[in-house]
Amino acid sequence: MTKQTLTIEQLELKANDIREDIIKMLEHAGSGHSAGPLGLADIFTALYFDVMNHDPKNVEWEERDIMLLSNGHCVPVRYATMAHAGYFPIKELLTLRQFGSRLQGHPERTRLPGLENTSGPLGCGLSQAAGMSLAMRMNDQHNRWIYVVMGDGELNEGNIWEGAMLAGKEKLGNIIGIIDRNNIQIDGPTEQVMPLEDLKGKWEAFGWHVLEINGNDIEAIIDACAMGRAIHDKPVMIIAHTIPGKGVDFMENDFHWHGMPPNREQAKKALHELRTLGGKIRGEHE
Amino acid sequence: MNIHLIDIHGDIEQLPIRKGFGKGLLEAGKRDVNVVAACADLTDSTQMSLFKAEFPDRFVEIGVAEQNLVTVGSGLAAMGKIPFVSSYAAFSPGRNWEQIRTTICLNDRPVKVVGSHAGVSVGPDGATHQMLEDIALMRVLPNMVVIAPGDAVEAEKATLAMATDNRPTYLRLAREATPVITTADTPFKIGDAYVFKPGNDVTLITTGTMTYQALLAADLLQKDGISAEVIHVPTIKPLDAKTILASVRKTGAVVTAEEGQIIGGLGGAIAELLAEECPTPMKRIGMLDRFGESGAPNELLEHFGLDAKHIRLAAHSVTDRK
Repeated sequence: MTKQTLTIEQLELKANDIREDIIKMLEHAGSGHSAGPLGLADIFTALYFDVMNHDPKNVEWEERDIMLLSNGHCVPVRYATMAHAGYFPIKELLTLRQFGSRLQGHPERTRLPGLENTSGPLGCGLSQAAGMSLAMRMNDQHNRWIYVVMGDGELNEGNIWEGAMLAGKEKLGNIIGIIDRNNIQIDGPTEQVMPLEDLKGKWEAFGWHVLEINGNDIEAIIDACAMGRAIHDKPVMIIAHTIPGKGVDFMENDFHWHGMPPNREQAKKALHELRTLGGKIRGEHE
Repeated sequence: MNIHLIDIHGDIEQLPIRKGFGKGLLEAGKRDVNVVAACADLTDSTQMSLFKAEFPDRFVEIGVAEQNLVTVGSGLAAMGKIPFVSSYAAFSPGRNWEQIRTTICLNDRPVKVVGSHAGVSVGPDGATHQMLEDIALMRVLPNMVVIAPGDAVEAEKATLAMATDNRPTYLRLAREATPVITTADTPFKIGDAYVFKPGNDVTLITTGTMTYQALLAADLLQKDGISAEVIHVPTIKPLDAKTILASVRKTGAVVTAEEGQIIGGLGGAIAELLAEECPTPMKRIGMLDRFGESGAPNELLEHFGLDAKHIRLAAHSVTDRK
């Protein structure tokens, strides 16, 4: 399928729309994770609106790129981005976490076309990507890419490092991992709960090519993915430094918002901030 | 229906059940290019070595990493492969249950989890390696099929059947040489139980290595004047309730036997079925909520009561309660 071409400015506005929907979904659901999905909005916008080959009208397309969300609790950002990309109606986003909804609290592949994996329990995405990559190699498919979005707290899981070892050993060059390096997890800052640094050195030691970027800079995300695709002899890990709660002043960098939704008042405040682009313009719904 | 079996009174060949798996996997690989295999550093032990030698490009060496083993399997299946992933049962599904639950069962990917060296008959390696809880662990998972073949010939058939079935499946294998009681002509279909010996007074329901012991017990019981029906249940889930209930309604007494925990295993499955559909005097032979220990396989089987002698005693006890 031909990709939509959006300018960086248009992509940034798209990411802002997606953030607004994340706030609305979470407030309506009354539970769920706020900080991660807001912080990931730029990465998901870049992936779905620029980086990936995919077709919302043909989700089983055999040439499509694959996107695995390993830390399933961040799925509101995936749902919101998929809706904006045309996988399903935007109004369905408000069914998040409700009985009978295709938008389960944690993603279930079999319920919603376009999801590539079921996740929630952490640490599995990279290994699934390795399996997919090995299958593609056996099938002589060399032009498909697998993007795996992981949390940084998730890297506490041993399963991640088992997958990292295998991908390094097998030189699975069509895997591009993206770590949402927002420095928070449920119990507090990552470096207090379970230190991850030297994170770049760890991945390099496992045989990966590592890029470090500002994960809230859409142009940097697009460039890093392009560079990742140019490196064929190694899997690539992008350490994307993001601001948890990005775009909503009172949520940014506060680990308490990891697993909490906004209440009505907080949502109103957050939406006002997003609609005015942080006070830069006048909101439409004032 | 008469089922073709080897005469257990004559010379009987002994083969490890896992050998049948190795042969079956090689054949499945020849029949379908999408059959692939991955192993966690036990390629010879689990008999995947035959497949690996023939199809090196379709084999993945995972190393000692069982969580990775099954999640890589999930990824292979996502791309249309039919992955068989093997290790010792104590490690897979022993260590990686949640990954099997989320990335295989809930995610509905047809990964074939193969656990070798199940049961106390592993012998000298001791309790850590004698997997007894695998049937229970796998049986509770929605979407999962659970198979424990009775001998090497049946294991080969089960492996071939799994390769053309689109469900997640657990295959339980044993280490030691086990009497070969079935032949190329003995039927095997996933989900079917088989009456290996007809009888009227008590139903002996068994799986895996214990089916041979049940046939021996039926002989002993014959001499005691008790006519035992032996039902071999290679597929523990989905359970062939029809065949089991028909037999139990006729005999009115049941003994189950398996080389695993009686809690949650075959005995548990039959007890659940009968409690709801046909309450019947019943005894379960198996590991009685305890671990094994080092020893020679036969010594251990006798010590823990996993043999024909104990099945016979249990059969007397349930027929007395009728």
